[in-house]
Amino acid sequence: MTDTARLRAILVAHHGREGALLPILHDVQAAFGFIPDDTYAPIAAELGLTRAEVAGVVGFYHDFRKAPAGRHVIKLCRAEACQAMGGDAVQARLETALGLRLGQGTEAVTLEAVYCLGLCACAPAAMVNDRLVGRLDAAAVAGIVAELGA
Amino acid sequence: MKIWLPCDAAAKACGAEAVLAALKLEAEKRGVRLEIARNGSRGMIWLEPLLELETPAGRIGFGPMTPADVPALFEAPESHPKALGLVEEIPFFKRQTRLTFARCGRIEPLSLAQFAASEGWAGLRKALKMTPAEVVEEVLASGLRGRGGAGFPTGIKWRTVAAAQADQKYIVCNVDEGDSGSFADRMLIEGDPFCLIEGMAIAGHAVGATRGYVYIRSEYPDAIAVMRAAIAMARPFLAEAGFEMEVRVGAGAYVCGEETALLNSLEGKRGTVRTKPPLPALKGLFGKPTVVNNLLSLAAVPWIIAHGAKAYESFGMDRSRGTIPLQIGGNVKRGGLFETGFGITLGELVEEICGGTATGRPVKAVQVGGPLGAYHPVADYHLPFCYEKFAGQGGLVGHAGLVVHDDTADMLKLARFAMEFCAIESCGTCTPCRIGAVRGVEVIDRIAAGDASAMPLLDDLCQTMKLGSLCALGGFTPYPVQSAIRHFPADFPCAREAAE
Repeated sequence: MTDTARLRAILVAHHGREGALLPILHDVQAAFGFIPDDTYAPIAAELGLTRAEVAGVVGFYHDFRKAPAGRHVIKLCRAEACQAMGGDAVQARLETALGLRLGQGTEAVTLEAVYCLGLCACAPAAMVNDRLVGRLDAAAVAGIVAELGA
Repeated sequence: MKIWLPCDAAAKACGAEAVLAALKLEAEKRGVRLEIARNGSRGMIWLEPLLELETPAGRIGFGPMTPADVPALFEAPESHPKALGLVEEIPFFKRQTRLTFARCGRIEPLSLAQFAASEGWAGLRKALKMTPAEVVEEVLASGLRGRGGAGFPTGIKWRTVAAAQADQKYIVCNVDEGDSGSFADRMLIEGDPFCLIEGMAIAGHAVGATRGYVYIRSEYPDAIAVMRAAIAMARPFLAEAGFEMEVRVGAGAYVCGEETALLNSLEGKRGTVRTKPPLPALKGLFGKPTVVNNLLSLAAVPWIIAHGAKAYESFGMDRSRGTIPLQIGGNVKRGGLFETGFGITLGELVEEICGGTATGRPVKAVQVGGPLGAYHPVADYHLPFCYEKFAGQGGLVGHAGLVVHDDTADMLKLARFAMEFCAIESCGTCTPCRIGAVRGVEVIDRIAAGDASAMPLLDDLCQTMKLGSLCALGGFTPYPVQSAIRHFPADFPCAREAAE
């Protein structure tokens, strides 16, 4: 399927739905890995919005990417419960091992912050691709880095 | 051999799936017929993965399990080093009053049969035999107040929506549970999703709403999947109640936990805060009368209707009635979810029930109510959980999430983080929050560098944010900042000098 056809299929699936923009953007990101610039206009046309309105929504929410992420994504929790259990040290270890700062990425790995995964009683926590990991310590960090081949 | 193993996200994050694989392998090796049920979490997160073995005497717990602990389970379970005895006799569990979480951890979350066999649908069935006005009055009489943090009486909100005239009304459930320390919403959905469905259907009947949305944050992929599956399975029951509902997924904006920002997000807009009035109860989603309730409020309703307002109201203290699912995280020895009547003190909870810190060091501060809640020193241990009592002490109960810090915590750093978080998550609508939070970080950096003149400036800035912000994000960010300065001046170099 071409990119245009994939986008069209998403728009058709949500046709007539109340407040469809966020569900559409989630599906676009799932299909393309990010929200490509050239999808704004067709989405806007489908929903009777301006291109600027769509761009405004994409820009507002932290989840929506304007460029593809790395093959692997690590979301490390920076919220208070994780800080209380040594989250800063975990962050430093990950940054050193990956050669990246939080918020940076390469084609292989994107390392980014998240504010709470609801794993506050088994902190520090992270999401590695789609997998949740709690009780992060030095060994767990080393395991993650080895697993991702980074 | 029947085993229960939680499929809750916290259990999985602590290795439940690896334990499951080891169980299957070991059973095959020994030729043992193994029946595995996946329950929600009991809320004793420090014991996760908490495996339960079904015996004639009841379910016996083992935890925290690792794959290496599995073989011994097949040998002599009673002398297993991780054996905990009957799960429901563990003091942390036994001391609770589990009304909202009565089924959570006991049943398989997506088993309609187990749900129905444990009082499921009892509230909805009873409600459908009552008039809508009677249901509203029952909720009002129970004293239930909004569990999202604002503590507004749920019955009053419902009465307003019920009285509004419109061709369409909505029930919106707020599961944008972004507070650090909070995980009750996630746990309930992953452990007993039909309970929320039942509560929303009752709300729909009470106010005359036929559509409902469950707005779940994207950081909760497991909860989203369970909720979607549960709604699909519950369709026949929902049809009977004349109610339809669906899940909508947030996109990583903390501020969407604020009810009007959440409504904008549901409408497909930027999640910015609306000015009130109009109240969402009158002009909410798509301009229609809308009940926006926290998950814990809606999930309390089936029990209230099934057992009566009087029974619910008999728990609690002062004007805080019923039970509250307290969630304790961070640096704590026994962290998890503890549902109990209002009135338990902070000290009882943190020291007695949760055993103090995980590191074994003294507790320094407990943040109550998420990133917008105050830092409480040990001197506040006498405070009972009660909306008014916490407010009187310059704090808030909020969504009842607690984060414990030991004596290595740097309160200046945590105060700075509060401002930084507000700056990252501000929706940008009002100036005190949008600009104030950025200035807050800068001013705290000056204080850290020893600039004493920055102290009154920070105080002034906090006043402006408190009084001038449109919603709780900018309005409450000063709580953690000012409580940190007030109770822990030693961590702020200039405050220390001023005191000397």
